[in-house]
Amino acid sequence: MSVTVPQEAAERSARLARTAPAVTVEALSKTFLLPHRQYSTLKERALHPFASRTFDTLHAVDDATFAIHQGEFFGIVGRNGSGKSTLLKCLAGIYEADAGHTAVRGRLSPFIELGVGFNPDLTARDNVIINAIMLGLSRRQARERFDEIIAFAELEEFLDLKLKNYSSGMTVRLAFSVAVQVDADVLLVDEVLAVGDAAFQQKCFDQFHRLKGEGKTIVFVTHDMSAVERFCDRALLLERGRIMAIDAPHAIARAYNELNFGRVAPAEAQDRFGDHEAAEIKAAWFEDAAGERTTSHPQGEPLRLCMEVAFHAPVQDPLLLLHLRNEVRHTIFATSTDLHDAATGRFEPGEGATLRVELENWLVPGRYDLTATVARAGSGADVLDLREDLASLMVHGTRQSGAVVEIPHTLELQRS
Amino acid sequence: MNGVAVEVEHQRPSLLGSDLRRFWNLALTLAVTDFKLRFYGSVLGYVWTLARPFMFFGVIYFVFTEIVGLDKDVPNYGVYILFALVLFQFFSEATGNCVNALVSRENLLRKMRFPRLVIPLAVVLTALFNLGMTLVAVFAFALAAGVTPTWGWLELPVIVALLTFFATGLGLLLSALFVRYRDVQPIWDVATQILFYASPILYVSTMVPESYQRAYLANPVAALLTEMRHAVVDPGARPVWDAIGGGERLLVPGGIVVVVFVLGLWVFRREAPRIAENL
Repeated sequence: MSVTVPQEAAERSARLARTAPAVTVEALSKTFLLPHRQYSTLKERALHPFASRTFDTLHAVDDATFAIHQGEFFGIVGRNGSGKSTLLKCLAGIYEADAGHTAVRGRLSPFIELGVGFNPDLTARDNVIINAIMLGLSRRQARERFDEIIAFAELEEFLDLKLKNYSSGMTVRLAFSVAVQVDADVLLVDEVLAVGDAAFQQKCFDQFHRLKGEGKTIVFVTHDMSAVERFCDRALLLERGRIMAIDAPHAIARAYNELNFGRVAPAEAQDRFGDHEAAEIKAAWFEDAAGERTTSHPQGEPLRLCMEVAFHAPVQDPLLLLHLRNEVRHTIFATSTDLHDAATGRFEPGEGATLRVELENWLVPGRYDLTATVARAGSGADVLDLREDLASLMVHGTRQSGAVVEIPHTLELQRS
Repeated sequence: MNGVAVEVEHQRPSLLGSDLRRFWNLALTLAVTDFKLRFYGSVLGYVWTLARPFMFFGVIYFVFTEIVGLDKDVPNYGVYILFALVLFQFFSEATGNCVNALVSRENLLRKMRFPRLVIPLAVVLTALFNLGMTLVAVFAFALAAGVTPTWGWLELPVIVALLTFFATGLGLLLSALFVRYRDVQPIWDVATQILFYASPILYVSTMVPESYQRAYLANPVAALLTEMRHAVVDPGARPVWDAIGGGERLLVPGGIVVVVFVLGLWVFRREAPRIAENL
């Protein structure tokens, strides 16, 4: 289940790399000064002439350098407050950068959000014309394309309805339909596909494919890693204003998920059973195939569940058990030494053992907790030490089938 | 791609934008939209544009002719007040609405590359549309009141243009300053009130004692209204260059208008690149 880049996509990105860059950004920095107290009236300013001289600086974008090729679908991802929108606003010419330089080849779309300037008190008809003009069409072009816009939005019956009576989904449909009519070579898109029903989302994606086919460059800011993997040729990961990586979408999606889930706190107040006098569970953890301990693991990559036991009294053939639970506390995997007919032998005080279970990773993205048990030979009911949720793991990935596990399978569709 | 080499442009927040046609389209669109929205949901629409100046005029006319008796020796006093009121209303609407124009258009400025100058300019345009609508009725009133049309009426567009120029300069200054200092709003409210009484609206400028005349007419609004009286209402009244005591003295109100405009443009231009983040 490893992720491979299809040959076609690899060729495409190689071809894109040879074209001239559509957007070049060099050493771009944008700093906001956050005064400790904001004085916004003359009186306050007069009373505290020096008070507002202290401020915090926030490096929203810090020394960013990158280039976007012509015809590329380029993703910008990052957590909240990482500087994505500031970077986009600097590119769009809404904010002035403090340092650095940006250059854009061709016409740049002037907006970063859909439906900017929509007025709820006007009808859809008026709003479409106004919005189209704001986005850079002339009045005549706006009228010429009007029918096309409305047909695309599928809102013919609601033309004379005031926009305030539109549902949010309808508004976004209208806004998107206008936006794709803009003649720009470079489009800047900030989180747009969150609204709209499934059918319309599909339509939007089709439009993006069309634009891509026409050689337009699209810069796309999002949190949605599956969209990044579906559309983007490359993506950029931003964290605290700094560029962490520019890479293929699946690599960026993985890095983003690691950033988000990298610091999983183990479940609190773990329950412990047994007197843990004869045998004691020292630790439990997850490992990747290379033997590195991990708390955040990519979907589909082989995984090891591990536990370490120390004995303080002689024990004959102890059982070692591991249980893996998902977020909703279903045990989705369990194994023990006796299931494998392994008589574990006799352990003397001072001896220890480490159990490693390597499994094919069928886990769907989400959080998992590992419970480790050591028990006397028998049914496993005579528990020496049981520690619940001793280790936690975040599995990250973008394939969400909705099932509890993802069973490897092949799919064949035969026409009859 | 068609391989046409497109010039590399530098992206900065700008005053005018790189495309004058787009600039004009935007200003016009915003102005027309505002104009349309003004009477959204009102049954009488246009009537309300007229109701305010005309009702105010009715009260003033009654008070100042019947009670104070200012109309002695002033031909067409009523028509004069009406013109003066309407022009001053245009001036105060244009400047007053400019004050918070940038702040109220926050969503546009923050989400779109938008030539900043469009916004105060659209406000002035909207006020100009309103003035145009009102003037139609005012001229009808003037004719009905027995004012005979003269060639002097052609001077009115020039007077309106100069007033618009002055209002635009002030509007630029006020809108840019308001982003930083919110007390611009109350200050300008008071200033507008003072200017109302310091301009010949309720009275005519010839009633001002001769010794104050020059200082009084340094106020560009007063100078323009004085000239309006001569050109439109009463050709027998003194033209402004005579009233101020010589054409060269007109350089004072003229200079004020130009200085205010240049100052406004300079401040606005200085603030423009950072308006979006200071809002």
